[in-house]
Amino acid sequence: MDKVQMLQVLAASLFALGLTGVIIRRNVLVMLMCMELMLNGVNLSLATFAHTMGSAVGAVLVFLIFVVATAEIAIAIPIVLLLVRRKRTLDIESYSDLKG
Amino acid sequence: MSAFLAHLDTLLLWAFAGCAFVSAALMLVLRQPMRVAMALVSCMVFLGGVYGLLGLHFIAAFQVLIYVGAVMVFMVYAIMLLDPRDESAGEKYSKLLWPGIIGFALLAEALAVGYWNDLPHAPRGAAGEPFDLARFSQAFLSEYWLHFELTSVLLLAAVVAALAVIKENRRHDHG
Repeated sequence: MDKVQMLQVLAASLFALGLTGVIIRRNVLVMLMCMELMLNGVNLSLATFAHTMGSAVGAVLVFLIFVVATAEIAIAIPIVLLLVRRKRTLDIESYSDLKG
Repeated sequence: MSAFLAHLDTLLLWAFAGCAFVSAALMLVLRQPMRVAMALVSCMVFLGGVYGLLGLHFIAAFQVLIYVGAVMVFMVYAIMLLDPRDESAGEKYSKLLWPGIIGFALLAEALAVGYWNDLPHAPRGAAGEPFDLARFSQAFLSEYWLHFELTSVLLLAAVVAALAVIKENRRHDHG
C-alpha cells in the first residue's frame, strides 16, 4: 500500500466518519464539527492529488474550500444561536418543527 | 540507524495519518461538545503535519491558521456560550444510530475498495517535484482569478447574511 493510496483511504474514511457523525449525533454543534471533518477529508484528498500530479488545481481548490468552510461557520453559528435562544436546547430533535 | 532515518518521513506520515483517524473516530464517541472540538482540533493539526510532510507547506500553514486558528476558536467560543443552556443532557445518539453505522460501513467500504482497485500508482517522477508557493501563486492569480474573485463575493454574501440574521434576532427581541 503506497503513500497516495493510504492518504486517499484516510480521506475517504474521514469523509465517511464526518457523514456518520452528522447522521447519528444529536447535538447541533457536534453536527457542525462533523461537517468540518467532511470538508477536511475532501481537502486531504485534493491535496494528495495536487502532490501526486504536481499541479496547482488541487491546491487552488483547497484554498477555495477553506473560504467555503469559513463562510459556512460564520453563517451556521448565528443560526444555531438563534435556534438555541428560542428552544433553549441544542438537541436537533427538538427542532423538528423546522421540517417543511 | 541510517535506514531508520531514511524512512523517518514515511513513518511520521503513517503516524500522523493514524492519529488523525483516531481523533476523527473519537469525535463520534465523545459526549461533551468541548471534547469533540478538541478531538477535531487535534485531527486538523495532524492533517497539517501530513500536508507538511507531503511538501505542501503553505497548505499546512493555512490549515493551522484558518481552521485551527479561526474556525475552531469560533466554534469553541460558541460552545462556551451555548452549552450551559442545554438542559436536556439526554442521549448522545439520535434514532438514526444503526442506519448511520450501516451507511458508514457501506460508504467506507465502497470508497476504500474503489481507491484500492482503481487508483493509479503515483508516478514516481511527478511525486518528487517540488511544488512551491511561487508556482501556486502564479496559477492562483492568473488562471484562477475568476474563482478568487467569486470567493470574495461569497464572503460578502456571508457577512450580509450574518448581519441579516442578527437583525432578525433583534426584531424578535423587541417585538
